[in-house]
Amino acid sequence: MDFKPKIIGFLCNWCSYAGADLAGVSRIQYPPNIRIIRLMCSGRVEPYFIFEALKSGIDGVIIMGCHPGECHYMTGNYEAEMKYQLLKSLLTYVDLDNRISLEWVSASEGIRFAEVVTNFTNSIQKLGPSPLKKIDKDSELLFNLNALQIAANDYRLRALIGRKRKILDEGNVYNKKYPKEKFEDLQETAIYDEYQKNRIILYLKKENLSVKDLSERLSIAPNKILEYIVDLRGEGLIDLKDIQELTPYYTAKQEA
Amino acid sequence: MEKIGAVLTIGGGIAGIQSALDLAESGFKVYLIEKTTGIGGVMAQLDKTFPTNDCSMCILSPKLVEAGRHQNIELLINAKILKVEGRAGNFKVKILKKALFINSEKCTGCGVCAEKCPVNSIDFYNEKLSRGKATFVKYPQSVPLVFSINQDNCIGCGVCEGVCKANAVEYSQKDEEVELNVGAVILAPGFDEFDPAPLKVYGYGKYRNVVSSIEFERILSASGPYSGMVLRPSDGDIPEKVAFLQCIGSRDIHHSKPYCSSVCCMYTAKEAVIAKEHQKQVNPTIFSMDIRAYGKDFDKYIIRAQDEYGIRYIRSRISLIEENPKTNNLILKYEAEDGSLITEEYNMVVLSVGLNPPDDAIELSKTFGFELNEFNFCKTSTFEPSKTSKPGIFVCGAFAAPKDIPESVIQASASAAHANILLHSARNSLVTKKEYPTEIDVAGKPPRIGIFVCHCGINIGGVVDVPGVVDYAETLENVEYAERNLYTCSADTQIKIVETIKEHNLNRVIVASCTPRTHEPLFQETIREAGLNPYLFEMSNIRDQCSWVHMHEPVAATEKSKDLVRMAVSKANKIEPLQRTILDMNHNVLVIGGGISGLTASVGFAEQGFMTYLVEKTAELGGFAKNIHASIEGSNVKEFLSNLIEKANNNENLKIFLEAEIDTIEGYVGNFKTKLKSKGNKENKNNTFEHGIIIVATGGEEYKPTEYLYSKDPRVVTQIDFEKMLFESEINKKVNKIVMIQCIGSRNDKNPYCSRVCCAEAIKNSIKLKDLHPEKEIIVLYRDIRTYGLKEQYYREARSKGVIFIRFDEKLPPELIKEEENLIIHVDSPNIGKLDLDLDLLVLSVGIHPPYESNEILAPMLKIPLNDDKFFLEAHVKLRPVDFATEGIFVCGLAHSPRSIDESIMQANAAVSRASTYLSKDEIETEGIVATVDISKCSGCGLCIETCAYNAITMDEEKMVVIINSALCKGCGACSSSCRGSAIDLLGFTNEEIYLVINEVK
Ligand code: FES
Repeated sequence: MDFKPKIIGFLCNWCSYAGADLAGVSRIQYPPNIRIIRLMCSGRVEPYFIFEALKSGIDGVIIMGCHPGECHYMTGNYEAEMKYQLLKSLLTYVDLDNRISLEWVSASEGIRFAEVVTNFTNSIQKLGPSPLKKIDKDSELLFNLNALQIAANDYRLRALIGRKRKILDEGNVYNKKYPKEKFEDLQETAIYDEYQKNRIILYLKKENLSVKDLSERLSIAPNKILEYIVDLRGEGLIDLKDIQELTPYYTAKQEA
Repeated sequence: MEKIGAVLTIGGGIAGIQSALDLAESGFKVYLIEKTTGIGGVMAQLDKTFPTNDCSMCILSPKLVEAGRHQNIELLINAKILKVEGRAGNFKVKILKKALFINSEKCTGCGVCAEKCPVNSIDFYNEKLSRGKATFVKYPQSVPLVFSINQDNCIGCGVCEGVCKANAVEYSQKDEEVELNVGAVILAPGFDEFDPAPLKVYGYGKYRNVVSSIEFERILSASGPYSGMVLRPSDGDIPEKVAFLQCIGSRDIHHSKPYCSSVCCMYTAKEAVIAKEHQKQVNPTIFSMDIRAYGKDFDKYIIRAQDEYGIRYIRSRISLIEENPKTNNLILKYEAEDGSLITEEYNMVVLSVGLNPPDDAIELSKTFGFELNEFNFCKTSTFEPSKTSKPGIFVCGAFAAPKDIPESVIQASASAAHANILLHSARNSLVTKKEYPTEIDVAGKPPRIGIFVCHCGINIGGVVDVPGVVDYAETLENVEYAERNLYTCSADTQIKIVETIKEHNLNRVIVASCTPRTHEPLFQETIREAGLNPYLFEMSNIRDQCSWVHMHEPVAATEKSKDLVRMAVSKANKIEPLQRTILDMNHNVLVIGGGISGLTASVGFAEQGFMTYLVEKTAELGGFAKNIHASIEGSNVKEFLSNLIEKANNNENLKIFLEAEIDTIEGYVGNFKTKLKSKGNKENKNNTFEHGIIIVATGGEEYKPTEYLYSKDPRVVTQIDFEKMLFESEINKKVNKIVMIQCIGSRNDKNPYCSRVCCAEAIKNSIKLKDLHPEKEIIVLYRDIRTYGLKEQYYREARSKGVIFIRFDEKLPPELIKEEENLIIHVDSPNIGKLDLDLDLLVLSVGIHPPYESNEILAPMLKIPLNDDKFFLEAHVKLRPVDFATEGIFVCGLAHSPRSIDESIMQANAAVSRASTYLSKDEIETEGIVATVDISKCSGCGLCIETCAYNAITMDEEKMVVIINSALCKGCGACSSSCRGSAIDLLGFTNEEIYLVINEVK
């Protein structure tokens, strides 16, 4: 009962921060758990910020921006939304996705701002303290979160996210609008693959492992692991270490 | 006579604000006079704006803050004009500043006085729907944020004086007279809403559930009386059936409001849509005569309102409302289009009231000596739509004629252009550039942080343990000094801050008080005065986002304040001075397009002494207007055009290139370089020049019809052909029956927009015909007659002269049948049924198209966008109607959207004024918060280039890394967060700084 969630709010300067101010001017009360970090635009929110926050034991992160079409910088909030969706998908793998939220709040929505904060705080209260609060360095959760964080930085994912709006709304290189569901399937697969690949790398950083070892640790069929291994070798991220009897062992490349 | 480099703007609504900002940025001193106690006008009362549903306050408030803080703008609130003397270039104006009873220099806007005021008075901002106090501020985001006492309500209890810790209450304050010397005057007094109370038939003021549209706007607003819920005033229930009645106090000769108010059709649709959005139980019905959705993207909005939101339109004018006394429901009786009488019951009725000239119109016209028109709007002419009858006095906004926000903003800039042209020789004579001491070099020096924690009277101190916060702050890393102030923002504290910085050698400053949105610039200025770079500053919002919202949790609020201060300290330890980039500004202008817009703009620049290059792709100047003889008001277009062309030809600052097109264009604001190519004209070959500004005035084209046997039968002509017959030759004696069809090539699936000018064209030509040959019969087949604004009178004139108007439905367009040699038009009208009309001449009112091909070439060349209809897309539909997101490029005329000649002239002048804000400077300074790229980390993937909405990032093809042009960067940071290699960072909000702050939230 004594749990007092710590929540970070990333707010854009122009609408949502102004909405928060209006809540103040109107004296609308809400729980005192949120710590607001003002940014010029919600588009500034780098997925890493959220990983950093979660890793430092923050219980919830909420991003707020201008309503669609109202971003002071025209499209920043669309960028934010794309990145948020990526984050959300990534965090489902470690069950932390319900600790982040994205909301649009305008400068005249003081009441709504308070409601949004109250609801989010309550939902985090219900979830209880973040599992990352007290955690040792070797925990699996942290391990997986690190893998996700690296995945968030993958070019393929960023490119997909970065171009998503163009591909879906404005037309791709063939001047066609790509179907949304198909795109999202593709995106989900890409996210999953990236996540698993980064887990593989992280395991291989600790010790040399075979396809079968990895299959056990990741609970993924060996043939699939092999596909990843082929990819990762192609990308020059892992190397063949040695072969024992009939089984090849792999290692992660040391960073330059 | 000496010209004065100052301008007086009357009216602090959006038009007044825009003209003041334009002129202040162009080197003029501006006095902005407002009769109430705060600027913002009607726009500050709106919930959303059409057709984008933008939150009104979100887009307005940055402008309010800018106007309130601008060095060259002086706000005079609660003020009134007494007397005017002098002539264009040099006026003396006497002004009465009425007492506020609260000293605005001392008032910090904290609001304790209003909170404690025992009197409940009426809140005008919320349209009397909620109760305010005798001590009040107009609205929470008001600029200036100073309170005043309304003596009509004040009982003189003295409570406010007692609670005001800033000692700002002055019951003895007296009215004050001031005299100003200005070179020009801009009138922007706006409009008054039509008061429906005298129209007894609607029961406004008698039946509670009949409200006016502006009251409904407040009801919709999240900051309004019902917090954005749609409730009816009689019992607070959600009204299921809401009827909107249009044209209340418009198009109504019986109540001497014969004109159309231009905006009601759209705002009604918007209110209905928002009502539905806020409360899905609400089912709106709109009663209207015509749907006048004539502006850019308006028709699409109406279609969405009907199809997506299920809003019902009924073409009828309600003649009587009665109330069911038991339920307070309202009973509406009306005649349907087919003539049947219908009675319906509604839970609530909204009266879409029209726009009246402002109350003080007559007084203003007398004081200044300019003329009003017959409706008491300011009198203007077709070719000088922003000039009054008196030289040196210009007009903008709804005072010139009812108009919407973008048109008001356009005209605001247009009137500013006239002031620019009149006073350019006196530019920069009265503005003072603030001098600051040279900046102390802090590079490499360890941070020495000073913290000032504000009590804000009792606003913070009453909840948060301020001394505790100060004690805590002292323990934080590199904090050398911490103190608390009653009001950190007061003038004496500013002096104190400067002294403290010097005394303690501080090189980073934190203020823990209210919101940086309004107060950061003030403190940044203060630390600049102490020799610190303005970016060595951080703010913690412990009032608006802490003490005010956790009033009942003092312990938690104190904890939070400490956290916020600690977060600020962690960032302050990292911040570095940021430099604003200085760019040279080339003073030449390139104008693309030699029609009326391009010519007007070119002359406007040349007359200010700016070298202007006008590029026209055809062999002749004049553009679309060459085909037009007269305007609907009867003004002679041919004559005007030839005078304008002569003016252009004779101005030595104006160089005209005919049969020329842009070959290449490179650079950015202040530094463009253009190469022309030429079709015929050898002279233009390899013509290259440098310029600082681009005006896009590429115009539009007439739709070439394929329907109704056009070009197959000589009896079928377009409106322009017909105009030629009327004005240049003669109408054949045998032609006695003429039929016109409207909306050819407009408002269809292919071209969903309204071409805006065709209704007026048709009416102009039919009046002309009736004047020449009253015996000839003319029938206009239309979907909606869109003679908005003052043009409505010509629609009435046409009808009175015997022109017959028959409506048809989009789904049942008229059919042309050729029987042997006879032409017959078959119509199925919703009001009169099926008709067969035989005719001798069929006139097609064809729409306006963008020049598709050339727009598609030019847009990517200039990196500016086109909308779905292939017109150029401005930076913001509401508040930046002539700007592009890319700086230094402006649009006007048909390149923007279909518009009439007076509107094109206005917009061309607006472009002149917007560009003058740059051209008046020798260099332009950009913000310090910009993105930078670490090229050693950049992989050249180019993702950031696509993310940037301002085209500020380009690829260095040789090195394969990106380059950020800090002159174009607006500092949003979207590039930085899309960069996978952390190569891009945003100065002022760096990754490192943010990580530090995140880690301080413990
Ligand atoms: S400025 Fe608010 S989301 Fe971009």
